[in-house]
Amino acid sequence: MNVVFCISALVVKELYRRKDFYVVFVLTALITLMMGSISFFNDSSMARYLKELCLFLVWVSLLFISVGAAARQLPAEREQRTIFPLLAKPVSRWQLIFGKFLGCWWSTGLALMSFYVFFVILSGTREHEWPLASYLQAATLHWVLLGIIIAMVMLGSLVFAAPSSNATISVVSIVGLMFLARYLNKIALQQPEPLSSLIYALYFIIPHLEFFDVRDLIIHHRAAIPWWAWSVAVVYGLAYVAMFLGATWLIFRKKRLST
Amino acid sequence: MEPIIEFQNLRVEYPGADRRTAVKVAVDGLNLAIQPGEVFGFLGPNGAGKTSTMNVLLGFVPPTGGMARLFGNDVSLPISRQRIGYLPEMTYYYKFLSAEELLRFYGKIFGIPSAVLEKRIDDVLKLVEMQDARKKLIKTYSKGMQQRVGLAQALINNPDLLILDEPTSGLDPVGRMKVREIIQRLKHEGKTVFFSSHELGEVETVCDRVGIMHQGKLRVEGKVADLVQEHGLNLEHIFLKMIGYQHSLAA
Repeated sequence: MNVVFCISALVVKELYRRKDFYVVFVLTALITLMMGSISFFNDSSMARYLKELCLFLVWVSLLFISVGAAARQLPAEREQRTIFPLLAKPVSRWQLIFGKFLGCWWSTGLALMSFYVFFVILSGTREHEWPLASYLQAATLHWVLLGIIIAMVMLGSLVFAAPSSNATISVVSIVGLMFLARYLNKIALQQPEPLSSLIYALYFIIPHLEFFDVRDLIIHHRAAIPWWAWSVAVVYGLAYVAMFLGATWLIFRKKRLST
Repeated sequence: MEPIIEFQNLRVEYPGADRRTAVKVAVDGLNLAIQPGEVFGFLGPNGAGKTSTMNVLLGFVPPTGGMARLFGNDVSLPISRQRIGYLPEMTYYYKFLSAEELLRFYGKIFGIPSAVLEKRIDDVLKLVEMQDARKKLIKTYSKGMQQRVGLAQALINNPDLLILDEPTSGLDPVGRMKVREIIQRLKHEGKTVFFSSHELGEVETVCDRVGIMHQGKLRVEGKVADLVQEHGLNLEHIFLKMIGYQHSLAA
């Protein structure tokens, strides 16, 4: 694991030196603070709208940070040919993939933590409530979701020709999975065979990213979900991460190193 | 004594771009063994199969046929690369790191303990005369400086085998002399060096043995003095003869 941790630490260093995160964070913070400073008709429920908006911005920011980071990892190594001196060391291809994944996941985890700390302070100071269990569940499930996204985008980086096309296709797919996947079973019921069975199969194969979206818990002050359900969702997410990384390795082990 | 590098009937093929394009044979039945402490010059014109051979040796490309071993281990195993240092022809390093950070990263990959690694970083930076620029980012370095960082990273694990791909390409005369000095020094320390080069004078100066590749085959191999005596020609003319330029030589 030493090699994997070295590579992941390198990814974290690269990402914090690129400064993408700071720009996105400052923009999110500024927009949220500006919205938070406005009072509409002394409406006390404004805080809820503000939280919803802030969380939406956090989700969008982290989606772009994670897709952007993951999409360029392997292509950049191959294009800039830094992969040659690296793989000339005792480093296997799966260690490279896993190290790159972990680096992106930790980086987005740090970004997520910063965003949520900012969010908790902002909403706590306005509502004077601190439902920490709900925040913890929302943040951890969000982090697992980012893991699935990063693994999926890394797989895409070996399938699609350019990082930009991979990033675009990935974002469209992720948004589609988030908002449409949950309805596939209902659509299947309305279709004739064999289309119905095919859509049903697709419903069970694709990752259901909506399982990881528990923003409503903290926006509408709902009770935290049972911890067993939270654990099942985490295991479900990690299983998809493993599948995507496995597929990435299967393609990458036969791939030519230069582009 | 077990050879440090061993190729047995090595064959490397690249598939054509489409079904109508023929398969390209880059290396065809290479048999070669490099003994510990040898400095071996791997020569050949562009497209001769030198880089493909090196790519197999470093695990970048799987052999189509035959076998390649490093320190007795199959080259597909990462452990076979634990005791080697590799200097690529061009400088391919992380531009967002400083020389010191790059060496620390590679040193940690080799599992070198921190205290030993810091001493080693100091030593190799001193050897390549890069102490003053050690904290500057690599993206600010000149090509010569990047090449010297490349040499430093190749030496960070105190390797028993150094694989150098065109080590002096792009260097000024002082830089070339420095690289030659380092190779000589490693030779005196009993290290094995396997390097490809187009600089025949340089090869003649530092190598114990040379091999000349052409069209994927090893045309000739032996000690420089023996080859010169056997062919009655200097190394440059032997090289030209082996790649089929004897007519132009006679003219």
